[in-house]
Amino acid sequence: MSHQHQEKVSYWALLKNGVIKENTIFRLVISLCPAIAVTNSVRNGFLLGSAVLFVQAMVNSTVALLRNFIHPRIRIPIFMLIISGWVTVVDMLMAAYARAAYKEIGLYIQIIVAFASILARAEVFASKNKVGASFFDGLGSGLGFLLALVIISFFRELLGKGTLVGLTIVPVKPMLIMILPAGGFLVTGLLMGFFNWIDMRFYGGKGAGGAGGH
Amino acid sequence: MEKEFLKLFELFIAASVINNFVFTRFLGLCIFFGVSKKMETAIGMTITFTAVMVVSAALSWLVFFYIMIPLEITFLKIVIFIGIVAAFVQASDTIIRKVSPGLYYKLGVYLALIATNCIIIAVPLINAGEKRTFIESLVFGLGSGLGFGLALTIMASIREKLELADVPRPFRGMPIAWVTTALIALAFTGFSGLITL
Repeated sequence: MSHQHQEKVSYWALLKNGVIKENTIFRLVISLCPAIAVTNSVRNGFLLGSAVLFVQAMVNSTVALLRNFIHPRIRIPIFMLIISGWVTVVDMLMAAYARAAYKEIGLYIQIIVAFASILARAEVFASKNKVGASFFDGLGSGLGFLLALVIISFFRELLGKGTLVGLTIVPVKPMLIMILPAGGFLVTGLLMGFFNWIDMRFYGGKGAGGAGGH
Repeated sequence: MEKEFLKLFELFIAASVINNFVFTRFLGLCIFFGVSKKMETAIGMTITFTAVMVVSAALSWLVFFYIMIPLEITFLKIVIFIGIVAAFVQASDTIIRKVSPGLYYKLGVYLALIATNCIIIAVPLINAGEKRTFIESLVFGLGSGLGFGLALTIMASIREKLELADVPRPFRGMPIAWVTTALIALAFTGFSGLITL
């Protein structure tokens, strides 16, 4: 996503890029830490995903807005400051309006501050592009993250507890391992392999996706 | 005195094995998957990580109890802790480069990676949330660091063997590493309930 192309790329293309081509979890394999921890129920996965979506979009907009005032040499600390500011906002909102969920995922909301994906979008895209484009880039990246969390938590809650968003689907607990920590690793690993397989089978990809990073 | 020591020991075991950050709280996965390909890098990371962990836990505790609580600015803890950790990592990077270039050559690259690790920010936040004492915070930091090192070395020793295995093509690389981690995590579930705090 280079500097020169910015006028040609539509907002729709930016959204699609974030959700599919550069999906944070399945394609880039970054920012996984809290992502896996909260996906034992669809509700928690959705809440953390939304929090990330909000932070990503706001951070991108703020950075784009201030991009001409930030000295390049101190940009990383400034970005961190902006990110932690918005994370504090989300943290306080959740603590006030979603108390029950906050008890379970509060720590992970605070940890959003150390998400590489957010810093990466700010550095790679928002610091070089206009506010509108940056906002949609953040929205796309956040949506991709939200989608990945909902997919993972869908399988884990259905197979582990037999429920979906708290509603009973199957009266038994088919596979208890799924809601244990181990299940998070297992489901994510299998899904990654599955998406690699689709990529190789239908789109001629080389496989071995996911360089791995922070 | 003996009872206090016992409590600290329990905290240490709980932080390093029972509530292992990687296998039960899913933090630090980024580095965990990044540097667990070789035993040598895993050990280098463990040493650097544990040292940084203990010092930043101590620094954060001092700032939290002597500056943030008296000034009633505890709501800023996310901003301040990330600042402390980033500043400390940057400072030790500069100091080690000047004082001991040999050590820097060996461990410098891990130091740069640490700033993006979630555990390093989670430990001060948990310490502050639970209102731990200074010594408890240090022990918790030490336990977390060594627990992370334990996870890294186990994973590195498995992945060195995994290189030779015939893995189905879509699963090569990351996916098989995740499935392997799932199996180790399952083994670690056996520790739960060993000590109840």
